Amino acid sequence: MAINLDAALGIHPQTLDFRVERSKMLAGNLANAETPGYKARDLDFKTVMTQINAGMGHDRSYQAAYRVPYQTSGDQNTVELGKEQARYSRNAMDYQTSLTFLNMKISGLKSAIEGQ
Amino acid sequence: MSFGEIYDIAGAGMHAQTIRLNTVASNLANAGAAAETPETAFRALKPVFSTIYKQTQEGQLSGAHVEVSAIVEADAPLDMRYEPNHPYADEQGYVAYSNVNTIDEMADMMAASRSFETNVEVMNRARSMQQGLLQLGSN
Repeated sequence: MAINLDAALGIHPQTLDFRVERSKMLAGNLANAETPGYKARDLDFKTVMTQINAGMGHDRSYQAAYRVPYQTSGDQNTVELGKEQARYSRNAMDYQTSLTFLNMKISGLKSAIEGQ
Repeated sequence: MSFGEIYDIAGAGMHAQTIRLNTVASNLANAGAAAETPETAFRALKPVFSTIYKQTQEGQLSGAHVEVSAIVEADAPLDMRYEPNHPYADEQGYVAYSNVNTIDEMADMMAASRSFETNVEVMNRARSMQQGLLQLGSN
């Protein structure tokens, strides 16, 4: 019986990759919080998941969408600092979660190999 | 996965805010400076931020970096004070002082240092994310 590593690890490597890409995007929003005219962008988890579930696999071509701000600012910047920080923080926690799942999968495989 | 670009973005943000703090420092230092003529008077310096997107591989999204594209002089009117006994006074007895608004500069300084801290936090968090990834499967 051969172990298919991709199947064994499940969806977590892909979500991990998504989380890193998203945190890059959110870091850009935070860095540009005071740049006039900057439009905040974000990645949507749902579209990536739909892509994977549809069996299309994971081709890493993420689509960035522009954020619709709750309030507009005078300099046309659409970064809302508090919300952006919250999203960044939550995204990092979600990353940590995927990482934990991945760790559990690996230790499961490890004990299966070692047999004890 | 591209952690490298997160560091670049946060670093660019920190750099931009440092330049802003530098201009604030020079503005505050020259706040009360009198000039011989209005033309030579010190005018407050203001950085102009702009976004740059780096070239990436096919299909990869670029993060939004920030840079200081220019440093311009504030066009607020100079502070003309009536001081007839001042050596720099003109025929009407007015002396040209710099147009630095100290309160504005203080507020700018707070905003810049907070923004700097935000970028530091972003970098710290990215680092701990990467550390977690490096320790994958070690326990």
